[in-house]
Amino acid sequence: MTNNVLQVTTTRARSVTLTTNQKSFLLFLILLITFLGGWELGARMGGFLPIMPSASQTIKDFWFWVSNPFFDYGPNDQGIGWLLLTSLRRVLTGFLIGSAIAVPLGILLGLSRVAARAVDPFIQVLRPVSPLAWLPLGLALMKDSEKTALFVIAITSIWPTLSNTIFGVSNVDPAYLNVARTLGASRWRTIRKVILPAAAPSIVAGLRISLGIAWLVIVAAEILLSGGIGYFIWNEWNNLKITSIITAILIIGLVGLVMDRLFGLLQTKVSFGQRS
Amino acid sequence: MHFPDSSTMTPPLNPDIAAAQLLIQNVSKVYYGRQTWVDKLLKQTSQDFVAIADINLQIASNTFVSIIGPSGCGKSTLLNIIAGLLRPSTGSIILNGEPIKGPGPDRGVVFQNYALMPWMNVAENLRFAIETVYPNMPLVQQKSIVHEYIDLVGLSGAEHKHPHELSGGMKQRVGIARALAINPEILLMDEPFGALDALTRGFLQDEVARIWEQQRKTVILITHSIEEALLLSDQIVMMTRGPAAKIAEVLNIPFPRPRKREELDQYSHYHELKAALEQHLSRETRAVEEARIRRK
Repeated sequence: MTNNVLQVTTTRARSVTLTTNQKSFLLFLILLITFLGGWELGARMGGFLPIMPSASQTIKDFWFWVSNPFFDYGPNDQGIGWLLLTSLRRVLTGFLIGSAIAVPLGILLGLSRVAARAVDPFIQVLRPVSPLAWLPLGLALMKDSEKTALFVIAITSIWPTLSNTIFGVSNVDPAYLNVARTLGASRWRTIRKVILPAAAPSIVAGLRISLGIAWLVIVAAEILLSGGIGYFIWNEWNNLKITSIITAILIIGLVGLVMDRLFGLLQTKVSFGQRS
Repeated sequence: MHFPDSSTMTPPLNPDIAAAQLLIQNVSKVYYGRQTWVDKLLKQTSQDFVAIADINLQIASNTFVSIIGPSGCGKSTLLNIIAGLLRPSTGSIILNGEPIKGPGPDRGVVFQNYALMPWMNVAENLRFAIETVYPNMPLVQQKSIVHEYIDLVGLSGAEHKHPHELSGGMKQRVGIARALAINPEILLMDEPFGALDALTRGFLQDEVARIWEQQRKTVILITHSIEEALLLSDQIVMMTRGPAAKIAEVLNIPFPRPRKREELDQYSHYHELKAALEQHLSRETRAVEEARIRRK
């Protein structure tokens, strides 16, 4: 009897069992290969316009761009590394301008229930507006294409940080505020030592969404500019180089992912086991 | 206010009142409903709710007082009024001859949900309290007080842990250490062990008894537990059910100290006191339940 049971367990152990992660990875590979195969087949059998490259050609060109990121043969012929650095500089500048407004303003508004409610309709209306819609307005206001790009990035990425900061500051757990009150803490000390750290997880979550949006906006913001990955896409479209555009799409996605993960780490650091 | 020297003048009417450290006089709390014409127009009117009515109580220095009563009887409301977090609708609370106007560090509060700052570690939570109350105290002294009180509640070695790394019982030890570290005159505890499991609960009650033997502060403890009240208190205040909760009776608990949990039932009058408390609580709780059924 015992022997029998033992045998069953050993045979089970020998048969291949996969963890959920391994299964997902396998499925991921299958999906990827199916997708690339379908694409390759479609391109070879003439299923798309002639400008649409095959998957193998795209992978080859992708490798060309990635393996040699830092060449510079003039403004219209730069390596992907330079393009990325230009774009990142613009996105981070715009994001920092937006955050430098959103965080202090959000804190001030969050401290007053009345002000927070009064400003909310503005946020709700302006938040869903597309970056392209801000471009003409930005140009009219800024009179300069570089500043317009920063303006567009800042104004589209400001809203999540602003509304999250207001939410975080105005929804501090009353228990923490009661502790400060029973100790006789001044208003300023309460804000500095209790309200801001309590709101930090919400604020960082807002910044994380905002940075994601700022990066999303880069292609639209660089329509009017030279240099940068967004400009590269517009330029390569004029050259009808679809492989370059697909390369740029992948690179934008990967860089966005890395930035999001970095902010995720910061979020865990300020959360201390609280909900974030 | 001018107080005449009582030794030369006629003595005050009630000697208890003169000895009292904390005096609760005619305190009631009404949560006013919405009854303005705007509310009537919007059909949003609601009734006034009297949480507690006409509470009178004198608490002498260095006594341990428990307040016990059915759920929702306004025990916490009374404690929050003493803490200064709520204003009474009528009456006043006098601490050492001075009426209480708001929250202050002469009263240390231990909260039911611990209320530790999650972003501060154990030592920082205590130091935040000390620094808030004594902003001019030298850092070295602040740190030695932090150390002393962490030691008192038996958390040495956990100074640099954050609250999410602590168990419920450990969190409440920090809560108690924080409340005591500012050296308050009165310690207010609002169902401090309510969220703990039975074993941890008993363990922490013993800890509080041990700390009380060392510190002998005036303590006001809100509790549901008869055992807890009998183990710890000099006096037990029984409150009636709400709305308009009142004090039904104040029991003196004459057990010797230090008390031992195992020997509690051998002290004289233990069984009578326990029976009185049980009878009161079950009668009030039954009435609360019945009122709830009838309301529906």
